[in-house]
Amino acid sequence: MIEPKRAQPAMALDDLERQIADWEQNELADFLARQKERKAQFRTIGDFDVKRVYTALDAAETPLEDIGLPGQYPFTRGPYPTMYRGRPWTMRQIAGFGLGADTNKRFKYLLSQGQTGLSTDFDMPTLMGYDSDNPRSLGEVGREGVAVDTLEDMEALYEGIDLEQISVSMTINPTAWILLAMYAALGQRRGRDLNKMSGTIQADILKEYMAQKEWIYPVRPSVRLVRDCITYCTRDMKRFNPINISGYHISEAGASPLQEVAFTLANAVAYIEDVIATGMDVDEFAPRLAFYFVSQADFFEEIAKFRAARRVYAKLMKHRFGARKAESMRLRFHCQTAAATLTKPQFKVNIIRTTLQALAAVLGGAQSLHTNGMDEAFAIPTEEAMKLALRTQQVIADETNVTNVIDPLGGSYFLENLTTRFEKEIFRILDQVDELGGAIKLIEDGWFQAQIAETAYETALRKASGEKPVIGVNKYVEEEMPAIELHPHDESTERRQIENLQRIRRDRDNTRVQALLQRLRDVARDDSKNVMPLTIELVKAQATMGDIVEALRDIWGTYQERPVF
Amino acid sequence: MLFVIKDIRTIVIPSTELVEPVLARNPRAIARLITRAESGDAECRPALEALYAHTGRAQVVGMTGVAGSGKSTLLDMLTVAARKTGRTVAVVAVDPSSPYSGGSILGDRIRMNQLSGDPDVFIRSMATRGALGGLARATHDAVDLLDAAGFDMVFIETVGVGQDEVDVVRAAHTIIVVSAPGLGDDIQAIKAGLLEIADVHVVSKCDRSDAAKTIKELRSMLTLDVDLNRKRAWPIPVLATSSEEAQGVQELLETIDRHRESLETTGEIVQRRRSIAETRVLQTAEAFLRGEFAKHRDGRVSALVERVMAREIDPHGAAQELIAGLQTEN
Amino acid sequence: METTEAKNIIRVLIAKVGLDGHDRGVKIVARCLRDAGMDVIYTGLHRTPEEVVHAAVQEDVDVLGVSILSGAHMTIFPKIIELLRQNQADDIILVGGGVIPDDDVAELRKLGVAEILLQDTPPQTVADTIRDLVTQRAPR
Ligand SMILES: Nc1nc2c(ncn2[C@@H]2O[C@H](COP(=O)(O)OP(=O)(O)OP(=O)(O)O)[C@@H](O)[C@H]2O)c(=O)[nH]1
Ligand SMILES: [Mg+2]
Repeated sequence: MIEPKRAQPAMALDDLERQIADWEQNELADFLARQKERKAQFRTIGDFDVKRVYTALDAAETPLEDIGLPGQYPFTRGPYPTMYRGRPWTMRQIAGFGLGADTNKRFKYLLSQGQTGLSTDFDMPTLMGYDSDNPRSLGEVGREGVAVDTLEDMEALYEGIDLEQISVSMTINPTAWILLAMYAALGQRRGRDLNKMSGTIQADILKEYMAQKEWIYPVRPSVRLVRDCITYCTRDMKRFNPINISGYHISEAGASPLQEVAFTLANAVAYIEDVIATGMDVDEFAPRLAFYFVSQADFFEEIAKFRAARRVYAKLMKHRFGARKAESMRLRFHCQTAAATLTKPQFKVNIIRTTLQALAAVLGGAQSLHTNGMDEAFAIPTEEAMKLALRTQQVIADETNVTNVIDPLGGSYFLENLTTRFEKEIFRILDQVDELGGAIKLIEDGWFQAQIAETAYETALRKASGEKPVIGVNKYVEEEMPAIELHPHDESTERRQIENLQRIRRDRDNTRVQALLQRLRDVARDDSKNVMPLTIELVKAQATMGDIVEALRDIWGTYQERPVF
Repeated sequence: MLFVIKDIRTIVIPSTELVEPVLARNPRAIARLITRAESGDAECRPALEALYAHTGRAQVVGMTGVAGSGKSTLLDMLTVAARKTGRTVAVVAVDPSSPYSGGSILGDRIRMNQLSGDPDVFIRSMATRGALGGLARATHDAVDLLDAAGFDMVFIETVGVGQDEVDVVRAAHTIIVVSAPGLGDDIQAIKAGLLEIADVHVVSKCDRSDAAKTIKELRSMLTLDVDLNRKRAWPIPVLATSSEEAQGVQELLETIDRHRESLETTGEIVQRRRSIAETRVLQTAEAFLRGEFAKHRDGRVSALVERVMAREIDPHGAAQELIAGLQTEN
Repeated sequence: METTEAKNIIRVLIAKVGLDGHDRGVKIVARCLRDAGMDVIYTGLHRTPEEVVHAAVQEDVDVLGVSILSGAHMTIFPKIIELLRQNQADDIILVGGGVIPDDDVAELRKLGVAEILLQDTPPQTVADTIRDLVTQRAPR
């Protein structure tokens, strides 16, 4: 056999420059003279301008060590050295509706269909800290998620699920610390080792003020609750992710991909600073910080976004926070396809959108993924829609072979160039945030909110003008609306939940609950204490979520937003 | 509470028929008449005239300060405090209109929710509609209406002021200037030229660590400004408030009341009332003239302009002729 | 007497009722109504039906716009309609927005919601719809 010849030494970059100039004058100019391009300027959805073609010249701006290798600083190519060759991402379809038992059935169905992790959606009253019988909860109990008032609901929710084997994610924010307490209490009741239970609470309150607008207390005490979750888990639930720092909702509120990542990292900086201020070493807690991003419509932009996020985070952790452990520097993220891109007209097209977005997430190196149901522009998804969405992931994982090679697009001239441009822009925004006083202050000032609103408004105008095509909405429109079967809401949900709740309130030792609530207020007033242990005691004593939330509202009040348009 | 009036839902009720229901504090009648006053419709003038006779009882308090300093939040808390003393409260909250479209987004109400549903609290948002001094032209009318309707205290929240938007001085008996920590390096009251107009200075958001510095700076500014203190019998207090646990609010309400008493005892209240009345007369007259000029723009005004262009008359003479013409007409 | 002020600027109260905080849509709507020359009273998030009706009366609005994305629309809209009646204020035009299934849209119209503007209604259409509704209503 003849030794395969090594490729010629790379053409020198100035030769390449000459070649490009030549090409522009000849081939390209001739072609353009005959037919103009579709647009004068091409841009990503997030407004990065993109050139006609990228070459080694563009990639040369990125130092090779910034591209690096998977599982190695700066983690551009992935957080782990084997990635999906070891194990595909966790397929984690979110579910939640009705009572604990109703959602439990859906969980078991999804697991039987090959899902590998659980993700829980709670109803609005649970998210906002109102008991199901609070007048403000009227009409919302168990509708958009599962209703949880007490530890008993939590028990029903995860009944028959091995908490040491299956990782459980909970989409919960202002009340995250209470659900974390319930989860810990549940583990203890079942005799589990808390340090072996893995899972995630979202607990990212800063992005709530920025984007999703689920809040209870003012910013600073809320951040303290997050801090308490982080320090508690670091010591007592070592495999649990106490926070999922989220860009998803920032994107859904209208932000561009760049804003999504930059604002999310600005929040991360704020949380990390807050925990470090308690005296905890960064390497002690940083390994368990997790992230959550959207996968949007602009295919390459999204992949570049994920890669840049990893690189920026690694550099931040190393240089700004002095992390020494690799685990502290590698960004791991859950990903969800973009609900905001789903349409009601021709809703089946949503399957295709979701597939492409899921592929971008995989090529971008996501650790877990939720693919949206085709019917989510109407209501929460049916079982059938969820199954198809899960199958989408399974097809990508098992049939396409994209999982065989790590970061297969690494080295693409275009992608590396875009990744580096993202990185620069993210750092520019982070610097600006620092200069202006940090994320918390800027949230109170509405700084991020104003920029998100601005991008959202521009996007709305672009959709209305057709400049941003949306198939079925402003292009290839059909008059006829196809029929669709929706997830039915069980009208008895509210009544059943309230009956349970009121029975529990009747039967518990009320004096004890009141005494514990009083102690909780005292602990909350003392910033150096952690609210978690007492909250665990409270939920074990069958205090309701509303009891606990209101006790602290007495001392902290309610957040009031100053909206910007 | 419901006054029996013709159904406001289905017919156009003449404004004069709204006078009685306004005096009886019917919310729909008050609200509708404010809308008509805002639109500048001549139809409502007789009604407002009739109501004016019933004014003069309310304690009118102006609240001003730069954007985001915490005015609305403070007003919400003040309202609660005032209600506890049994007083009825109305608020007129002014926000700017867009100079491009003439429309507006009025957001002060967001923070005023503690007493939503209380019939003895009336809150009205108002856009400036081109007025420049921090108030809307109809703010005075709205205040009168609410005064006539029997609200004991009427608060005016100005737009978040920038430079010299101090018309509120000639609209209220007591002026509160709100500053907040962390909104910039300088004390905003000085930047916005508000230092002198305050009867009471408030530093809000005192739960913030940088508040003490703002208070200190403000206090020293005030002591330095000897002129300011010599002029008045009332030493200008600097109060600290916070929306967390409603701190400082009770004290603020008491201070407002004490200021009111001081105005009464020194007799300065008469001067303030006179100054408000004077402003109203002059402003209304100006608005009237502006309206007349606009009305005659294509006719008489343009004829005069032609003559000025032809050098038949000078601009000053033309103006005098224009005004003389209006006089003979009315 | 005439003044230079513009007459009859349309007044609209925009509110998020219920517990969801998705305000991307309402903020775009508020902005485009302002840009169409209307006065928009924005009451913020998480309001109760009582609060918005009370505010709508005091503000004497022409239109009350309520956005709900939490799925609780069939509970909340009937309540608002009832409260408007109780306050003798059902001349105020009620407009809904958000994620609302077609069947419910039909039902809500029957109950007295004048118009439902679903997600992704172009800004200009929103402004035109509001203006048309106000123009069609009897003068008051
Ligand atoms: N920490 C803290 N924040 C406050 C306090 N008072 C107000 N705020 C916050 O400051 C911001 C502005 O408050 P507003 O009451 O709207 O201020 P404003 O002066 O009425 O604002 P404009 O009407 O827009 O000029 C809001 O986000 C409030 O929540 C306070 O005492 N402490
Ligand atoms: Mg205000």
